[in-house]
Amino acid sequence: MKRNGRTVLIALEIATPFVLVTLYALWAAPRDSFFFPPLGEILAALRADWFGERILSDIWPSIRRILLGFSLSAILAVGLGFALGLSRRARIATAPLVEFFRALPPPALLPLTILVLGVGDVAKVLLIALVCLFPILQNTIAGITGIDPTLRETARMYGITRRGELLHVVLPGALPAIFAGLRTSLSLAVIMMVISEFVAASNGIGFGIWQAKRLFDIPLMWSGIIILGILGYILNMALLQIESRVLAWHRGARKAAE
Amino acid sequence: MLAVEQLGRDFGAVRAIAEISVTFEPDRFTCIVGPSGCGKTTLLKCISGLLPPSRGRVTLHGRPVTRPPREMALVFQDYSRSLFPWMTVRDNVAFPLRKRRDLDAAALRELVEESLAAVGLSDAIGRYPWQLSGGMQQRTAIARAIAYQPEILLMDEPFASVDAQTRADLEDLILAIRRRYSMTVVFVTHDIDESVYLGDRVVVLGPPPTQVKEVLEVGLPAERDQITTKKDPEFLRLRSHVFANIMNREEQG
Repeated sequence: MKRNGRTVLIALEIATPFVLVTLYALWAAPRDSFFFPPLGEILAALRADWFGERILSDIWPSIRRILLGFSLSAILAVGLGFALGLSRRARIATAPLVEFFRALPPPALLPLTILVLGVGDVAKVLLIALVCLFPILQNTIAGITGIDPTLRETARMYGITRRGELLHVVLPGALPAIFAGLRTSLSLAVIMMVISEFVAASNGIGFGIWQAKRLFDIPLMWSGIIILGILGYILNMALLQIESRVLAWHRGARKAAE
Repeated sequence: MLAVEQLGRDFGAVRAIAEISVTFEPDRFTCIVGPSGCGKTTLLKCISGLLPPSRGRVTLHGRPVTRPPREMALVFQDYSRSLFPWMTVRDNVAFPLRKRRDLDAAALRELVEESLAAVGLSDAIGRYPWQLSGGMQQRTAIARAIAYQPEILLMDEPFASVDAQTRADLEDLILAIRRRYSMTVVFVTHDIDESVYLGDRVVVLGPPPTQVKEVLEVGLPAERDQITTKKDPEFLRLRSHVFANIMNREEQG
C-alpha cells in the first residue's frame, strides 16, 4: 500500500510537466505566434544551440560561476557562523549588519560590485558569494545557538576537548540548519548568475537569453529559459541528495519523534 | 573522598541553596531526596563541576572541583537530550573514550561491548538512540557512564521519565551494576520509595533556600528485591519517616 502510494507520487511528478508541455504544444502549434513559437522550433533551438557549442561557451561558464561563488560563500559563512554562534557578544555586535544585508534585495548590490570589482568572472563569482553568504550565515548561527545545552554539558562532563566538541557535537548539531541555509542560497546563486550575466557579460546562459531577445530569436530565448530551469532543478536535486546522505540520522530522528 | 563544604548557590537574587555540607564515602550509595524545586539538580551540577557554586566548595580527594573531573560520570535525567542522535549506540558509548591513550582499539572495543552487555543492550549496539525505547536510551546513557570507568557515578533523577515497570527494571539494573563495579554513587531523586530502596544512605533536603534536613542510614540488607524489600518493616518505617519529614507532618503511630 505504502509502496503503491510512492509510485503514484513519482508518476505524478513526471506526468505533470509532460502534460503541461503537451498542452503548450497543442496551444502554440496552430497560432504560429511570434512571441510564443511552436514547441518544435524551441526544441530545435535547444538541440542545435544549447546542446551544441553553447555547452562549453555558455552553459559551463555559468555553472562554474555558480559553483565557485556558492562554495566560497558556504565556506566563509559556516566559518563566520561558528564564530558568531559561539560568542553572544560577537552576535549582538554584528546583528544589525547581518539583518541589514538580509533585508537588502540581492540585485541591489550589482551596480556597486560592477563599479568596484568590474565585470569579469571574479566580480560575478564574488557577487554570487556575497549574496549567498547571509542565508547560510544566519542559519548556521541559529543552528549553533539552538543546540540543546544538555548535549554540550554531556561533552564537558566526559572531558571532551574543545576541538572535539566543536567537531563532533556542535557541527553535527548545527548541520540540519546549515543545510536549510545552503538550499536557500543555491537558488539565490542561480538568480544572481542570471542577473549578472544580463547586465554585463560576454558569455553564459543569462547572456545567451539576453542576446537572443535582442536579436528577436524568440525560440532561442525560450530554450535558454528552459535550460536555466533544468539547471536549477539538477543543482537542487544534487544538494538534496547530499543532504539526505549526510543527514540520514536527522530524518530518522524526526520520523521517530512524530 | 568527595565532600560538599558549606555549599550555596544563588540565581540572581534567588537563594536556591542556602548551605549544604555532606560527605560521600567511597563505594557508598547515597540517595539525595527532596521536594520538587528544592535544587537537587543544582546541587548535583555543582558537585559535578558543571556549575560553579556561589559559596563554599566541593572537594575530591582534598582538591577543589572547578570543572568536571576525570573521576566522575553523570547520567542526566533527560536521556533523549544527552545522547547524540547522530551517533550509534556504540559511538555514543565510545565517544568519551576517544582520548584514552591507555586503550588500544581492541581494548576500547571490548570495554564498549562489555559495558553495553552489562546493561543488556548487546543487540542494539549498531542502532541509533531514536530507534530505541526510553528505557533502552537510558540504559545506553548508563553504559556510557560505566565505560568511562568513573570512581563516582552521579545520577540526576535518571528514571523520572520512564514508565513504572521500566523504572523498577532500571533500579535493579543500577543495583546490579553497583555490585559489579565498585563505585561511589550519588543518586538524586524526588521519589521517596526509590531513595530508600536503592540507597545505603538517604540525604533529605528541605524546600528552598535548601538545607540538609536529615541524613538517614538505611538498615536494609545489601540484596534488595522489588517485592520483599518493599514489604520489609525497616523499609516501611524509613519511607514513612522520610515522607513525614518532607511533607512536614507528624509521624503516625
